[in-house]
Amino acid sequence: MSPSPNATITSLPDAIRSLIHDGDVVAMEGFTHLIPFAAGYEVIRQRLKSLTLVRMTPDVIYDQLIGAGCASKLVFSWGGNPGVGSLHRLRDAVEQSWPVPLAIEEYSHAGLANAYVAGASNIPFAVLRAYTGSDLVKHSDRIRFIDCPFTGETLAAVPAVRPDVAVIHAQKADRKGNVLLWGILGVQKEAALAAKRCVVTVEEIVDDLQAPPNACVLPSWTLSAVCCVPGGAHPSYAHGYYQRDNFFYQHWDTVSSAREGFNAWLQRHILDTENFDEFRRVLDESISEQTAD
Amino acid sequence: MTNRTTDATANPEETSGPQVERSGTATPAAPGARSANFTTTEMMTIAAARLLKNNAVCFVGIGLPSTAANLARLTHAPDVVLIYESGPIGAKPHVLPLSIGDGDLAETADTVVSTPEIFRYWLQGGRIDVGFLGAAQIDRFANINTTVIGDYHHPKTRLPGAGGAPEIASSAKEVFVILKQTARAFVEKIDFITSVGFLDGGDARVRLGLPGNGPVVVVTDLCIMEPDPQTKELTVTSLHPGVAREQVQAATAWPVRFAAQVHQTSPPTPAELENLRDLERRTAIAHQRSVASGSSSRPRRD
Repeated sequence: MSPSPNATITSLPDAIRSLIHDGDVVAMEGFTHLIPFAAGYEVIRQRLKSLTLVRMTPDVIYDQLIGAGCASKLVFSWGGNPGVGSLHRLRDAVEQSWPVPLAIEEYSHAGLANAYVAGASNIPFAVLRAYTGSDLVKHSDRIRFIDCPFTGETLAAVPAVRPDVAVIHAQKADRKGNVLLWGILGVQKEAALAAKRCVVTVEEIVDDLQAPPNACVLPSWTLSAVCCVPGGAHPSYAHGYYQRDNFFYQHWDTVSSAREGFNAWLQRHILDTENFDEFRRVLDESISEQTAD
Repeated sequence: MTNRTTDATANPEETSGPQVERSGTATPAAPGARSANFTTTEMMTIAAARLLKNNAVCFVGIGLPSTAANLARLTHAPDVVLIYESGPIGAKPHVLPLSIGDGDLAETADTVVSTPEIFRYWLQGGRIDVGFLGAAQIDRFANINTTVIGDYHHPKTRLPGAGGAPEIASSAKEVFVILKQTARAFVEKIDFITSVGFLDGGDARVRLGLPGNGPVVVVTDLCIMEPDPQTKELTVTSLHPGVAREQVQAATAWPVRFAAQVHQTSPPTPAELENLRDLERRTAIAHQRSVASGSSSRPRRD
């Protein structure tokens, strides 16, 4: 056995460049809370291609990646803009294959959450009482049924999710790269432990996490890279740091509704900016223009 | 443990009690329109809220189910336990959440667990009394579609998908469904069964061996429907004030059955309306504030 080295504390562009490659299976998790948007922008900026994107709720972060043409496949369980409506880029990819065809592998939340648990547990599939009677089964060979060897009861089985890379955002890391997150935890811990490599962006790096004994801490040696990116979960939120930017989620409905508008937004905010700081400056400008109208 | 305080700034003119005696022959109200002193949407939400018993453990969907469940908590059911799929158990939000994972849900909950735990220990574990769902399409046997209109592989309209609904529909002891009634939503045949009601009726659901009993009620802006005890076909058991049978039929794509005795839903009480409007006013103000703060992309400390 080789020892497990601690995570490298590095810049976000360097982490993405060294840890995510074309064709990788990538899970960028965070259930409404702590969605790693800044990392998503950097993946787009580095023009990564043919990714299989895994996420329970694709949210605006995957709408952007899909619209930018980074993905060839999406694994998901609920694909809407929360509290707003449709994800237009996701729909355009599924309905019209724009900008590139997008294969989908679809589960329920229970199925995909269990699949992450199986991945983190290093077993090939998850067993759950689910999917009976649902048409999801008819359109997926990844949802099957098995008989319990003890009782004979028929139960659903879904294959483990084992991403090449998990990407999450958290509140804090210490200087060794141990990471603390709290609030709505979603499946971040499971995604991090199911993946071969894990990139974490954090709000701040501190001397002491001051984590209570049962807190959700991911030890540095389970992670690959830790990057200090304050505000990196915007427009989702970071509990204790900033609130969800509901305006952005509503605004995204307009930005993303047509291909031209989306492309213009993508060019100005992501492709023409060097990094997340510059993105933030440009976003502030464009939002000011919006509200001045 | 529950904040039952109402907003002191409520406009008394808007929250005063019903001024009309309702009868079955009252002027029909268009969906969403204001009928007398309450809207059909308010009637729908209030009728659904009334069904949720105090101390029930309720797995709540976002949108209309969340509004109705929180109204129940703020009126007759202060000890109802609200569980959201993002992880909060015993959430008591001050305003209605916009997303299923708003911070207010976590801050006001008895505890917050991970999403796998919510589905494994709490829903699959058999601890949910009521699953409260919305729907894009529903058929006469209360099967629900939230996945796709048209062919799955060549969709006319791709909808968000399953989320937590299939397992809520199968594992909760009972399921409440709430949605506005239109002929596009109440269809003869849904394009995709995302979440199972009674399949093709009769004992079909029982034969599948699902843990929960399935939908017990569908509440709309026009009426209350319940599955027939034998056939499991949705049957109108109560019409909301001012709603005629013809309106229900016009908003339903299959020939609607009415129970032998169709009740009339009691109109909203002043307290119900006041609580609902206060909740929605607080929610609008809170999310307006989010809009204002969101005009800068610069995150700030709370």
